[in-house]
Amino acid sequence: MTIKHIFKLYFLVFVFSCNNDLHLSKIEGERIEIDAAIASDSDIENFIKPYRENVNKNLDSVISYAPDTYSKSDGEFNTAIGNLMADAVFEESNPIFNKRTGKTIDLVLLNYGGIRSIISQGNIKIRTAFEVMPFENSVVVVAIKGQQVLQMMDYLSKDKRAHPVSKHLQLSLNKNSEVTKATISGKPIDKGTTYYVATNDYLYNGGDRMDFFHPNDSFYVLDYKIRNVLIDYFKRKDTIRPKRDNRYIKLED
Amino acid sequence: MNRRQFIQQSTAATALLGMGGIGLQSFNTSKAKKITILHTNDVHSHIDPFGPDHKRNPNKGGVARRATLVESIRKENPNTLLLDAGDIFQGTPYFNYYGGELEFKLMSMLNYDLATIGNHDFDNGIDGLYAQLPHAKFEFVSANYDFTNTVMDTHVKPYKTFIKDGIKIGVFGLGVQLDGLVDKNMYKETVYNDPIEIAQDMSRLLKEEQACDLVICLSHIGYYYRNVPDRVCDLALAKATKDIDLIIGGHTHTFLPKPTIEKNSVGENVLINQVGAYGLYLGKIDFYFEPGKPTKTHGASIIV
Repeated sequence: MTIKHIFKLYFLVFVFSCNNDLHLSKIEGERIEIDAAIASDSDIENFIKPYRENVNKNLDSVISYAPDTYSKSDGEFNTAIGNLMADAVFEESNPIFNKRTGKTIDLVLLNYGGIRSIISQGNIKIRTAFEVMPFENSVVVVAIKGQQVLQMMDYLSKDKRAHPVSKHLQLSLNKNSEVTKATISGKPIDKGTTYYVATNDYLYNGGDRMDFFHPNDSFYVLDYKIRNVLIDYFKRKDTIRPKRDNRYIKLED
Repeated sequence: MNRRQFIQQSTAATALLGMGGIGLQSFNTSKAKKITILHTNDVHSHIDPFGPDHKRNPNKGGVARRATLVESIRKENPNTLLLDAGDIFQGTPYFNYYGGELEFKLMSMLNYDLATIGNHDFDNGIDGLYAQLPHAKFEFVSANYDFTNTVMDTHVKPYKTFIKDGIKIGVFGLGVQLDGLVDKNMYKETVYNDPIEIAQDMSRLLKEEQACDLVICLSHIGYYYRNVPDRVCDLALAKATKDIDLIIGGHTHTFLPKPTIEKNSVGENVLINQVGAYGLYLGKIDFYFEPGKPTKTHGASIIV
């Protein structure tokens, strides 16, 4: 131990003993609002700029065209925008699912609340896909028995919202909202048959109280975000032509 | 300053006792000290301010403005720590395009001192979080996430201590239960341990073994769950522990107009603060130290 060390030690003891003579006397707390009254730091601003420009350039790149404006409130039981989303999930995901498993998706079910924005007439940009689907939810495929698919039909008939379903489904309700017809690819739903239903991970995990995905025979994670499904779908279509049709209807007489 | 002020615990005596203390000291080199703690939580990739047409927060927030504010506060008091309580990631296309790189780089430019890990920081998987670590010049703390069997092992410490103007500050981190909130494929072998038990250990370690003058918990467990009152939260944590001076919270996006004061397990005051989300606010807590021995009967006066 050199003189230097001893000095250091003495210094440390000195500092700490001083601290022992300090005590916490007062605490003040506040929150400060960050608004336009505070000038932006120019170094930070300049650092963000190229990132912002690159993101905006990409988000604003045109990938398709919408001949009309499509909203989830366009129809009571099915809408053009909902049909587009469910069919896009089928078209984009089925080749991946088929390649991995040798199986085919029988039906797609998404949720009405998962359509977060309209698609406006005019150019479709990547930004459009972020607006329609800002969440990170991704496609999963669940193998469930026909019995549970029938529960799904019951859910749809009671929930009475235009939850997006793919073109494979034909669901008709009578004026009392009872299921009168439920077919998948033209065939009645068979209680004992296994159906491969594509949905999003939010619904699979019980979102919107859709509890018919459990138990299941098998479950496949495609690592494919719904937003990316939309982007890929838009990129493949020069012009989208979604239609409201008869896949899910209520007959009033 | 036009905000409403009131003194939570009247301690006019504190100042008098403090002054009396000076004359009793064997040396009188002690001087009053001030430590400033600045904090954010749940910024969720909100780098730019909200646009002028935004319904709820028009023209609010923005990292470049926060930088100006932080710098002016640091200039006023160099003994300042800047902390973040997690959910740095996810919420704007910046995260989708750059995976959190820009968030970490900007926080480094603002000289953040420390952050904890929120559930959304796993949104690109634990590998996605790990991949962005080289962009962070600040460290991460989490005492109740055990990362031993993950790529994050050794990159997250339970706590970190700082010495500012001779005042020792210990900060430990707490994370929310991941099961049911984050896909297991994302957090992988991260093990979640009970926040209250861990906080009891941490506060003892920091107060007694590390002899910290201030103990801060950087928490992402949530302020309070009205619909699930039994779920562990910052309010419950404050009541069940001791020796924690300040809990900086996150996760529930709770916009507290001012810090909450709660009594801990031995009847002492604990401050809990959370500033909502999206970088709309900066939380600021000033701790004043004065010469003299602390009194048993009177704690520090709290002005919020």
